[in-house]
Amino acid sequence: MADESILKVENIRKAFGKRHVLKGVSLSIRKGELKVLMGPSGAGKSTLLQCINFLVTPDEGEVWLEGSRLNRARKHDLYAYRQQVGMIFQDFNLFDHLCALDNIEIGLVRVKGLHKDAARERAMGELERVGLSDHAHHYPAQLSGGQKQRVSIARALAMDPKVMLLDEPTSALDPELIGEVLAVIRNLVANGMTMIMATHQIGFSRALADEIIFMEDGQIVEQGPSVKMFSDAVSERTRAFCAKISELYGETF
Amino acid sequence: METLLFFQQEVIPAFLKGLRVSILLILPSAVVGLMIGTVTGALRAYGNRGVRLVADAYATLFRGIPLVVQLFMWYFGLPYFNVYLNPFAASVIGFSLCSGAYHSEYVRGAFLSIKRGQLSAALALGFTRLQMVTAILLPQGFRRALPGCGNELIYLVKYSSLAYMITCIELTGEAKVLASMTFRYTEIFFAVGLVYLGLVTFASWLLQLVEDRFTVPGFEHHEL
Repeated sequence: MADESILKVENIRKAFGKRHVLKGVSLSIRKGELKVLMGPSGAGKSTLLQCINFLVTPDEGEVWLEGSRLNRARKHDLYAYRQQVGMIFQDFNLFDHLCALDNIEIGLVRVKGLHKDAARERAMGELERVGLSDHAHHYPAQLSGGQKQRVSIARALAMDPKVMLLDEPTSALDPELIGEVLAVIRNLVANGMTMIMATHQIGFSRALADEIIFMEDGQIVEQGPSVKMFSDAVSERTRAFCAKISELYGETF
Repeated sequence: METLLFFQQEVIPAFLKGLRVSILLILPSAVVGLMIGTVTGALRAYGNRGVRLVADAYATLFRGIPLVVQLFMWYFGLPYFNVYLNPFAASVIGFSLCSGAYHSEYVRGAFLSIKRGQLSAALALGFTRLQMVTAILLPQGFRRALPGCGNELIYLVKYSSLAYMITCIELTGEAKVLASMTFRYTEIFFAVGLVYLGLVTFASWLLQLVEDRFTVPGFEHHEL
């Protein structure tokens, strides 16, 4: 069972000073699965995702990708690993000095060593996939939030990641723009992309997640199939949280 | 008529000679100063504690001591340690180091204004730290630092006029020599002022061209 997992993290611990943000979190995900991280802010969801690709260095813990343990002390291994683990941020983090097309191209050229023409073609294809080929030459300052997030998804996809980590990809968006980003993500699910996603989009999660992981205070409180989690969660805290966000965000998606 | 003749026969030849020296002083000082400033600015923004301390000390020292005093130190002070610089070399070193200290401040500010998230995004894509610096930090920092660094380059044009204090006779030096020989201070220094104004105007125009060349949406001038 464990051998089938494409990504496995074990016992991740992280403290900022005296504040223990992650108190030993483990999870594993199989190919094509979507796991949703839920929980109140400050639960450690964001830190966990950043620890998984070492943008934040965990104090303790190990990561396996396709069965082989990452030795992160080896710089080369770390850079190669990050290429295979795509990351989507809450506030998009597009490169401000590059147009949409160049934002996607730069990783292909610099990291993957693709020839400029090949990179351009691939980047254009990815933009098409997220429905933004008309905006290829627009700069981040000229794009809406939803468009920026779709470019950032295209940028991550261009690297052919094996797993994608999405850190509240719709939280910074106007309600009207959330739909277009969720549509792109839904498409990824349909195409079998493996993803770990922190989100409060309850309808989306209920419909598409293979598993909901509920975190609080740096630990996993409860996890299980989405249907079970929303209808009869074991922990009182999970139930209360799910009821609250259902009330806030409604059932729609 | 007599004034015209004086300008034609005495002032213009002297000014041309001086202008040549001024330009020879300004160009290398501008280039070296910018290089020092970029490296020091980057270290002050992103270096570890030790490196930052040294770079900060450099900036404090060279921004804090009047430039004339610095020039005196290079030219009159170093011989005490058996190092003899010619006036030209002492001037270029003095200008470069002083200019670099100021540039470092503009560069530091430019780097610090770049949103950290973009650096995380670059690393998440698999960029090495060096690639992150060359592909993301420098192109953006350059654009943000341009107005400040341009300002410093314009200062440099004018503080090149201090070189004559250590006997490197550039434009102001030539003017001073000629003025004290002919006693026509008013006309000569008025003319020298105009030449510097011309130089600075030309430099501003060049800098504007560069700024326009590199402007992209999000980094442009805001017209309100």
